[in-house]
Amino acid sequence: MDLNPIFFTAFASLAIAFALLVVLKKNPVASAFSLVLVFFCFAAMYAMLDAHLLAALQVLVYAGAIMVLFIFVIMLLAADVPSFDLGRSHVGLRIGSGAVSLVLLGLFVWAFRHTESFGAKGTLTAAKIESVGGNTQAISQLMFSDYLLPFELTSVLLLAGIVGAVAIAKRQNPRKEGSGS
Amino acid sequence: MSSMTLLDWAILVGKCVITTLIMLQIAPIMAWVERRGSALMQNRLGPNRIGPFGLLQSLCDGVKFIFKEDPVPGHVNAFYYVLAPLVSLVPAFMTFAVIPWAAPLELGDRTITFQVANLNVGLLYIFAIASLGVYGIIMAGWASNNKYSLLGSLRSSCQMISYELSMGLSVVGILMVFSSVNLTDIALAQGQTLLQLGPVAIPKWGFFVQPLGFLIFCTAAFAETNRLPFDLPEGESEIVAGYHLEYGSMKFAVFMMAEYVNMFTASGLMATLYFGGFQLLPGMSQLHEAIGGGAGIMAALQAASFFAKVAFFMWFFVWVRWTLPRFRYDQLMDLGWKVMLPLSLLNIFLTGALMYAKVI
Repeated sequence: MDLNPIFFTAFASLAIAFALLVVLKKNPVASAFSLVLVFFCFAAMYAMLDAHLLAALQVLVYAGAIMVLFIFVIMLLAADVPSFDLGRSHVGLRIGSGAVSLVLLGLFVWAFRHTESFGAKGTLTAAKIESVGGNTQAISQLMFSDYLLPFELTSVLLLAGIVGAVAIAKRQNPRKEGSGS
Repeated sequence: MSSMTLLDWAILVGKCVITTLIMLQIAPIMAWVERRGSALMQNRLGPNRIGPFGLLQSLCDGVKFIFKEDPVPGHVNAFYYVLAPLVSLVPAFMTFAVIPWAAPLELGDRTITFQVANLNVGLLYIFAIASLGVYGIIMAGWASNNKYSLLGSLRSSCQMISYELSMGLSVVGILMVFSSVNLTDIALAQGQTLLQLGPVAIPKWGFFVQPLGFLIFCTAAFAETNRLPFDLPEGESEIVAGYHLEYGSMKFAVFMMAEYVNMFTASGLMATLYFGGFQLLPGMSQLHEAIGGGAGIMAALQAASFFAKVAFFMWFFVWVRWTLPRFRYDQLMDLGWKVMLPLSLLNIFLTGALMYAKVI
């Protein structure tokens, strides 16, 4: 469970560097590729914390599925136009955004400094996870016993999202649909 | 981790090197097999001039690829254009790391596993890394700045997302039957006997308990590796060469290499999940008894069985390629979403019902 400081520093700084690239790159597709690498650095840190399942799911779901769709949409919309040009923005906007970022940074620092005050630790220890046969088993057992209802509700929510997206996409061109069939 | 001795490190590095060397040989050998195989099916000779049976043809091709002029077209996004072949090759190499090619071997007080990493999440790791392969293709199509390339990469990402779903769901049946995601455990569990028909024992191989699952997995594997009949991302008659249209010399060869390495991993997965993995082929256990060999000979026989199974599936890929015509794009999508996905869901329910009835 101990995280090697050398690897942590390496992957954390890589993650920060790629996260900066996401914001600073003018081209949306290039930003999206950088975001994939950020997710990859996170997965590496999860893996070093012995959370192999979480690492695999992070890569599988975020890097492998969601970001592919992201890039897909960006390329289909041909959004090669930079979405936001900082150079021409209003002075007040610049000062305002700077101040908001500083406040947010301060909040994060405060939150991480006072991390002990955020509730008690969970009951799963390294030994306990080992006794049920590993991460995958421990998480699955929890997910399909104590957290079954939230888990199922989340999947229903996602389904509702999909149905809603299809409904909106269908409604936007009623004329086409009417004459088509 | 801290308890690893120098010998452990040596074994680990050795396994990495051996696996990488095997993978590197796949592309040249398969290029030869594919050309000779297509010639066999089309009643012609194929490459037969260089070396015995034309075996050294691939070596010459490799030399040609390396020494050819390597131009970067003026209209491409140079950084991503050069990066793309590597992005498609690296995940292809990484996935094979968790596939075992022999049972764990007890030597003195240490257990040697015959794969680079025996991960607890083995199968999920393969799906996670394999899903990254699509980035190479997207990147190539987008960076080439060419309409045909972009169309090819859009087709490819659409196809890979659609078929990844049925591929993942078809494996759920296997996970239910063998109740593990660890590939070594799955392969070991397939050593049991399912049915005893007189003198013939039918082993509990994945294929015998999950025939429908295998059919779906196999079809999806063809789509995931962009092989015929699903090679729409590079359909020559429609979009010239798809995502690798702007690539030449070694950069093109790297794409081809990634395709063959992906085929190798898919064959390894089919062998491990559905055909017993390193479980001995019929007759080999008798051979082992006849020689009276020990654990070492056993491991060698297991590796031989595994690679024989893989070789069969590699040949199967070639066989299908030169037999079936290419699908139309709407047929591909219909097959993926309207046939394969419901079937893979049905497979899960069937497996559950059969397990509840204690048939499997």
